[in-house]
Amino acid sequence: MTEGRRLHDTITPPNKAAMPRSGLANPSRFLAIVEPVLPWLAAATALAFALGLNQALGAPDDYQQGATVKIMFLHVPSAWLGMFCWALMSVAALGTLVWRHPLADVAGKTAAPIGAAFTLICLVTGSLWGRPTWGTYWVWDARLTSVLVLFLMYLGVIALWRTVEDPSRAARAAAVLTLVGAVNLPIIKFSVDWWNTLHQPASVFRLEGPAIHPAILTPLIVMAITFTLLFVTLHLAAMRNEILRRRVRTLMLMQAQTAGET
Amino acid sequence: MNLGEHADFIVGAYAAAAIIIACLILWVWLDYRAQTRILAELEARGMTRRSDRANSPSP
Amino acid sequence: MSTLSALFMRDMRLAIRVGGGAWMGVLFFLIVVTLMPFAIGPELALLRRIGPAILWLGALLASLLTLDRLFAADQEDGSLDLILMGRTPLQLAIIAKALAHWLTSGLPLVLAAPVLGIFLNIDARAMAVVALTLLAGTPALTFLGLIGAALVVTLRRGGLLVPVLILPLTIPVLIFGVAASNAALAGPVPFGTPFTILCALSLASFVIGPVAAAAAFRHAE
Repeated sequence: MTEGRRLHDTITPPNKAAMPRSGLANPSRFLAIVEPVLPWLAAATALAFALGLNQALGAPDDYQQGATVKIMFLHVPSAWLGMFCWALMSVAALGTLVWRHPLADVAGKTAAPIGAAFTLICLVTGSLWGRPTWGTYWVWDARLTSVLVLFLMYLGVIALWRTVEDPSRAARAAAVLTLVGAVNLPIIKFSVDWWNTLHQPASVFRLEGPAIHPAILTPLIVMAITFTLLFVTLHLAAMRNEILRRRVRTLMLMQAQTAGET
Repeated sequence: MNLGEHADFIVGAYAAAAIIIACLILWVWLDYRAQTRILAELEARGMTRRSDRANSPSP
Repeated sequence: MSTLSALFMRDMRLAIRVGGGAWMGVLFFLIVVTLMPFAIGPELALLRRIGPAILWLGALLASLLTLDRLFAADQEDGSLDLILMGRTPLQLAIIAKALAHWLTSGLPLVLAAPVLGIFLNIDARAMAVVALTLLAGTPALTFLGLIGAALVVTLRRGGLLVPVLILPLTIPVLIFGVAASNAALAGPVPFGTPFTILCALSLASFVIGPVAAAAAFRHAE
């Protein structure tokens, strides 16, 4: 009986006074705030995409790389979002471990697949950018390699979420791993940079191309904002889904429990 | 619009990004539909949350 | 302090008496080093050139695979709960266990490396250098690895999850371990630079590993 009451507490604490008052901490309040906002966010994202793509495709050709610089408008913002997402997951991890915020693990769990997807976009577009520019589908340059390692770490966190059965244990394990990853990512970045210069002392294998001038910068910023809007929209929607999924789980467990009692 | 000699790669990159983003959107949307459907089923069977039964529905 | 030394001695005795851990790790190391020429080809000049890299990769994989004995046995018989409930700070207890684990699993790999270097046509000086870098780097592998071991301690089917989680974190150790070996043998980078970074990584892992593992244990309740 106490077991069942504890499960309910994750969503509906029996004591109403114990329910968090601040808007976003209570899952129900969170849903009430987020659900009306989502369509507007989606519309804003679509608009931003229209604007961004227009800018990107209209951008002038680079004198060195030609039109393939248009790939950079996908490659660079997706790299930024991939890293931003891990930073967000780290904050969520602190929320889980330190402040015990009820929605922190929801935020962390749902962010991981989205971050992994953005990292994948970065890798694929980077590969397709490298082929006409450098001749091969993959180069072990510093940035691509670091993003690859980041991608592997995303997959690791997702694997951890899926392997640990108990949700609250999974949440805490994933939070610890996220923070360990956050601490290690600068070390890994530094190491990969060092390794890269060690093995390619002469050539400059930089996929950023030459210095960025305004005609290139504007589409880049717009696409970055677009990707950020996309991330926020997807993340909030996924958080909503996860809250609903936990309600389902609670109800199923309740049902199993009452069935067992009769 | 002239995409130059490497047009295939540019198109490929944008297509790949579009596919991955479409998969994300699809995942979120399908998951939403699945969860709401299950919740509606459970509601129809009489299983509701204690807070829904105990309190009046929040506006 | 005596609690920690008691824990350390217990782990040492268990590892030595029950056995299997150290020898299994060395055996796996040997097998991996043996596999490489089948894939790469028996050309001795090539093997000598990439010898340090092969030894480092073998040691890395072997040290990962011995990690499951760090916490799993204690978890099964309940002694992990005793450690968690004890008055000794959890981080220190983990350090004691990890130290015992490194001495009985990691150090044998360091000692085995020069012997395995014979198969890779590595000369004596190279053997010494690689062994030195392994000596500095294998503690980092143990202390980073214990994070993975702590995270999955309650899983029944952890499988490859620990390597999947930990290997990306060990990339810096691998980079600087091999770089230090090659620097001493071929230059142009001076040996000191990557070696000191390697030592720094190990020292950092002494802190990161136990803190993270303690957090994983504490918050699992």
